Amino acid sequence: MEHLIIPDLDPILKRYPDPNREHLIPLLQDVQEEQGYLSKESIGVISRHLEVSPAKIYGVATFYNQFRFSPLGRYHIMVCRGTACHVKGSANVLAAICSGLKIQPGETTRDGLFSLEVVACIGACGLAPLISVNGEYHAGVTPAKIKRILNSYRKREEIHANG
Amino acid sequence: MAQININGQTFPAKADQTVLDVCEQNGIEIPTLCHIKELMPSGACRMCVVEVEGAQNLVPSCSYPATDGMVIKTHSDRALQARKTIIELLQTNHPDDCLYCVRSGSCDLQELSQDYGVRQRRFANNSPEQHLDVSSPALERDPAKCILCGKCVRVCEEVMGVSAIDFAGRGSNATVSTPFNVGLNVSSCISCGQCISVCPTGALRESSSLKPVTNALKDPEKTVVVQHAPAVSVSLAEEFGLKPGLDVNGLLVAALRRLGFKYVFDTSFSADLTIMEEASELVHRVQNNGALPMFTSCSPGWIKYMEQSHPDMLDHLSSCKSPQQMMGALIKNVFAESYSLNPKDIYSVSVMPCTAKKFEAQRPEMGDGTGPDIDSVLTTRELARLIRAHGIAFDKLKPEVADTPFGERSGAGKIFGSSGGVIEAALRTAHYLITGTELNDPNLKMLRGSEGIREAVVDVQGLPVGVAVVSGVKHAEQLIQEVRDGRKDLHFIEVMTCPGGCINGGGQPLHHDPVRVKARAAALYKIDEGAPVRVSHANPEIQELYAEYLGEPLGEKSHHLLHTHYSARETQF
Repeated sequence: MEHLIIPDLDPILKRYPDPNREHLIPLLQDVQEEQGYLSKESIGVISRHLEVSPAKIYGVATFYNQFRFSPLGRYHIMVCRGTACHVKGSANVLAAICSGLKIQPGETTRDGLFSLEVVACIGACGLAPLISVNGEYHAGVTPAKIKRILNSYRKREEIHANG
Repeated sequence: MAQININGQTFPAKADQTVLDVCEQNGIEIPTLCHIKELMPSGACRMCVVEVEGAQNLVPSCSYPATDGMVIKTHSDRALQARKTIIELLQTNHPDDCLYCVRSGSCDLQELSQDYGVRQRRFANNSPEQHLDVSSPALERDPAKCILCGKCVRVCEEVMGVSAIDFAGRGSNATVSTPFNVGLNVSSCISCGQCISVCPTGALRESSSLKPVTNALKDPEKTVVVQHAPAVSVSLAEEFGLKPGLDVNGLLVAALRRLGFKYVFDTSFSADLTIMEEASELVHRVQNNGALPMFTSCSPGWIKYMEQSHPDMLDHLSSCKSPQQMMGALIKNVFAESYSLNPKDIYSVSVMPCTAKKFEAQRPEMGDGTGPDIDSVLTTRELARLIRAHGIAFDKLKPEVADTPFGERSGAGKIFGSSGGVIEAALRTAHYLITGTELNDPNLKMLRGSEGIREAVVDVQGLPVGVAVVSGVKHAEQLIQEVRDGRKDLHFIEVMTCPGGCINGGGQPLHHDPVRVKARAAALYKIDEGAPVRVSHANPEIQELYAEYLGEPLGEKSHHLLHTHYSARETQF
């Protein structure tokens, strides 16, 4: 079994001293903000603090899109799946990213370089289909362009590592 | 009293009754998939919808209160059509592999499909691929067959207090899952199998040991030995359409011999042995300021619960192995020696009302280091399957008796199968050990019943012994807290993982039904009342075993063979 490292969530837990289950979602939000995601270990700690079973917490957390269960990659890709982007082919774009990175939305590549998230609408429908990588927007993307975009970040990372 | 009209007839209804209650009481059957009798209705599956005059929509009868003057149609065209559509929709995400499913013939969804005349798949199955979880030694979880009725989730949380599983995801992506979908083996699941008893489909089932057992039976090199638990003989009858609570002990032994088991032993014998050791341990703890109260240790789900939830209190658990494991150790040691068999050539099988026994049997402590003491555990259901597969007409068998030296039991050993039985049996013997005399009345009726916690003070020659019975592991939590808070008047606490005890175990005939459980309990107590020997210490085979082999309770040989230890258990959750 993997060894469990208990994260230090005490400063966050102190904000919710009474173990009341109504604090669950704010607590999850705070932990995610601090750590970038909800780890198994964090959910264990929250479970003991609130006296709510981990299964229930996981159930609540998976109900909402806002929670993630793996750490963010160095490059966080958001794919717009709003109506305009959909009409302009964002489903194919998403599929190209998934197959290019071999991950599903909500996941992070093994090397920690990329993470992927699906969002409802970025609000730039004129530029559809649209993706954002760490806040840099790429407009009018196609599956072919996706390959180039992903490679450009990989290259950037190489330069970063060597320089 | 309110009067309600159902299908043209008028019926009385009490204030707190639902429409479904009134219908059931009056012989009108309404199908349900998510309803559990003793729990609050959830109204999730909508199978039980009925037409209420004046209401715009169909209403779920399981959660709809019966009020005066209601006019209800339970089987109108509209209600029937709605139910049929629900079945068709449920089938959309359900595989078509009924032929290969262990629940074929006992599946609620299959039965409803038949009843409602669903003859073809109406919507193509496009559910995502889901993975079978076979990580647990006791249970298999097959999410592809899950219809999300939520019964397992509710039993695990509300009845057992374990909450190993819950709904995860949302909408069409919802599943029943452990946290992070980890395997059951690293979850907080205690393998009790209560989820199996309520699952309407094959989504939850025991991990089957039929293959290794049949292979062993075919192997000429192996001497295949079997033991059967006290609660099996009073429940197996139901698998063959006989009356609930009928004791088929003799037929069970006969069937096991037909199946090819060379020696048939009775776990009630080792239950007597457990009592000898456990009662002695209790007396020892009381006289030597040991950790009190002492908790019983025969229910493996409870043991796992303690190891993962209260590792600091493990010294309160009796060090006695469970009857299954005591018998296992005896078979591979005492029996092997006296029959000049190599323990490696003995294949030891147990028939248990329990799925957690499968977990217990593979614990590393439960063997001598060269192999497990118990090689395979079959549930009551699996044994019934084996009997059917071998073409044995169960009800036409002639009763037979179990083999010596581990075949004779006292009445005390038999009531182990019911909640309260272990402590009743132990007190009979503890009284004798302390005072040298028998209890005036061996029937300790205040310890029987079905409440979650039952307490009593038993007077043993002026010494008040505080005892408690916990029926259902959830209720143990309260007593554990009281003990932590300094409660001192309790000496001995029996804990059965499943509500009602082994007679309601997760390996018993399917479809949880309180009436059947009561009948099984009554049968055990009736057997005890009629037993020639009613106390464990007077069982002649037990006396012989101590005289010829073990020496004395808590002695060196007992310590080696019959006692065990526990350790804190890290689960991922």
